[in-house]
Amino acid sequence: MNDYSILIGGKAGEGINRAGSVIVRILSHLGYCQYMYYDYPSLIRGGHNFALVRASTHRIGTHRNAVEFLLALDQDTVDVHRWRCSDGTAVLFNANKVDAEGMGIPIDDIVEEEGGSSVMVNTCLIGAFGRAAGIPWATMEEVLTLEIPKKIETNLRIARRGYDAVEEQTPIPRQEAARHPILTGNEAIGLGLLDAGLDAYVAYPMTPSSGLLHFLAGVAGDFALKVIHPENEIAVMLMAQGAAYAGARTAVGTSGGGFCLMTEGLSMAGMTEVPVTIVMAQRGGPSTGTPTYTAQGDLHFILNAGQGEFPRFVISPGNIEQAYEWSARALNLSWKYQVPSILLEDKTLAEGAYSFDRDMTTPVGREAVARRDGGSPYRRYAATETGVSPLATVPLEGEVIKANSYHHDERGITTEDPALVAWLNEKRMRKEDAMLEEIDRLSPVTTAGDGSADTALLCWGSNIGVCAEVAGEAGLKVIQPIVLSPFPVQAFNTALENVTVLIAVEDNITGQLTRLVEGLGCCVDDAILRYDGRPFSLEELREQVREVVA
Amino acid sequence: MSRQLITDAKNTWCPGCGNFAIQHTLKDVLGEMEEQGRSLDDVVLVTGIGCHGKMADYLNINSFYAIHGRALPVATGIKIANPDLSVICCAGDGDAYAEGLGHMIFAAKRNIDITLIVHDNRVYGLTTGQYTPTSPLNFHGRSTPAGTVEKPFNPLELALVSGATFIARTYTRWLDHLRATLRDAIDHRGFSFVDVLQICATYYNMTKPYTARAYELEDHDPGDFDAACETMREWDYSSDAPIALGTFYRTDASTFDEKFGNGGQHEEERKEAIAALLDQRV
Repeated sequence: MNDYSILIGGKAGEGINRAGSVIVRILSHLGYCQYMYYDYPSLIRGGHNFALVRASTHRIGTHRNAVEFLLALDQDTVDVHRWRCSDGTAVLFNANKVDAEGMGIPIDDIVEEEGGSSVMVNTCLIGAFGRAAGIPWATMEEVLTLEIPKKIETNLRIARRGYDAVEEQTPIPRQEAARHPILTGNEAIGLGLLDAGLDAYVAYPMTPSSGLLHFLAGVAGDFALKVIHPENEIAVMLMAQGAAYAGARTAVGTSGGGFCLMTEGLSMAGMTEVPVTIVMAQRGGPSTGTPTYTAQGDLHFILNAGQGEFPRFVISPGNIEQAYEWSARALNLSWKYQVPSILLEDKTLAEGAYSFDRDMTTPVGREAVARRDGGSPYRRYAATETGVSPLATVPLEGEVIKANSYHHDERGITTEDPALVAWLNEKRMRKEDAMLEEIDRLSPVTTAGDGSADTALLCWGSNIGVCAEVAGEAGLKVIQPIVLSPFPVQAFNTALENVTVLIAVEDNITGQLTRLVEGLGCCVDDAILRYDGRPFSLEELREQVREVVA
Repeated sequence: MSRQLITDAKNTWCPGCGNFAIQHTLKDVLGEMEEQGRSLDDVVLVTGIGCHGKMADYLNINSFYAIHGRALPVATGIKIANPDLSVICCAGDGDAYAEGLGHMIFAAKRNIDITLIVHDNRVYGLTTGQYTPTSPLNFHGRSTPAGTVEKPFNPLELALVSGATFIARTYTRWLDHLRATLRDAIDHRGFSFVDVLQICATYYNMTKPYTARAYELEDHDPGDFDAACETMREWDYSSDAPIALGTFYRTDASTFDEKFGNGGQHEEERKEAIAALLDQRV
């Protein structure tokens, strides 16, 4: 197996994320499967940012600690990440700013001589990386031209100077493999929602969900999509329901703090039965917490948010293909059952970049919704066996459609009549049975690793990437419930058959999935919990699993 | 075919409530619009929570009975999804000026083509008699038994500085004026704001002072921003000054909803766009 890790670091504002993306694309052109972790503090200029790119001939979804290439635009990159290097690591650095052992390039001088701007320092370093990795200049030129929209000639000259300034050290050979598109989790979610016919997206900026807002705003014109950024998340949630009432398939996006403001509207969706899909990107909390770092601390909040009792889908995709496919499903499901669908992701998935394998996804498409039966007058909340009333949206010729946040009768007129209140509560909750039947048909629990192993790792969200790789090496099984509400008990129990030792792996301090499954009578033997805002690396989880299993 | 505009829902407003006047005036205005060819299928009423909200139950038109303070964002979503709809928002003064103030300012800022009718009785009725943002200074309510120590807002000024393009005030006892004002507001393209002085028969019956002090705006140019501002300031919602009724400000400006079409894309077109986007990312 060929497997390479490249770390590029510098100060915020030096375009480190972009530089990482360019490296990902170069290696993608060489036929590698990619993953990129981007680490940055919550500030705009200064501070230390780094992108950790991993390229492998195998399918991967996590980063490694050890690196084969260290590309330093600032001194911190060398000082902070020295521990990742071994004798074979190629260290390339800006000799005008950094004092280190390795291949120094006078990058500031080069950029000045070529009349470039300060952000082009990373182009020069990427050029040097190309040579150190033995990548043909033609490939470098092709990718840089694709990736850099402005002043390409200057950029190419600067990249070439970097390329010519160093020697080949660790060649990364071209692979004869399919090239895959590269997407972040947020982008895959956006495409999945579009696949299911998203008409409108409403969001207030909040890390790490903002990437989805930016992506959808950028492609809105290609999809007849309406993208709105209103005054706050309260408005976001309410506007989404207004739009859905008028027939627009609408999603919203936020992180924990914004979701707090949305809970009032979430509960309204529970009562009005207006469909809404919510993308909830977790970051470290409580409160402002660690805005740019990862966490899985909001599961129980999401499962229980909103006053009163109402059913909801909570879906937590873990890899890039799941992000696409389940987002499309989430939108369809929210319309089919007229309930909120919540896509619960974490920063690692949201902002991580992954190779997206189109062959591993099934097209979902826009699922038609059962429309009214034609009876008149239209009754928005008509009683049915499943609890799902035939849906119609305004305008409906000759009919009146009443949505209501109060307890209401079949027509949507307010009532406090005890029999009707009980009837409506039962109608609403009855939907959960049909929802559960539906998700049972969609493989709501996935497994990886050695299916016959009696020791299994239990994880959710982005940890499937690192767990699958560790389990593959160690001969363990991995169980990942994707749907967390309604909880797919049957599929989960099937996955647990023959498992005698269950070890939870989560990015939180209380073991949230652990508590959820223990509430269902499942016994979790051990838990590996991480709550420092950083995702597990392959080496870290490998070591911790070894300690627990020993 | 004209429809029965009042539902069979049992009316639970107090006898003498100002809401009856707004309900029946709105019914008349809707009936008139329908006679003139506007299909009521294309009209949506959005309400908040409070006594005013019962309009959603009582009027037999499309309605979204939303939550306290949030009628405007729901209305905004409806209008953006389908700009061909006429969207009328009824809100209370606690609703629009306290819980939902930010939404009102932003709706005005966007100049979205929605009509906001504020049932301004200057007291919380449904929660039984607390002060609101338009209660006068020293208002003795159940949460302020010693009297409020804060001055009220002037909602007309707020609407003006926020960017509303139609701003009017009327009174539930002036039925003809109420009717003409609501019709003008609905017909206006842009954010229309109408503050309706309405008495609360149980907690704040202002019939006598309103009837004595109300007068109709005359010789006023609603296109003149400065004159509108000055006229709005004559009564600050606290003093015993005369109360002008009429359209203070009216202007034409582009609307937020204009830039949105009716949306919709064919399945095939969408699939092709997704495939093209993925190809670009290889």
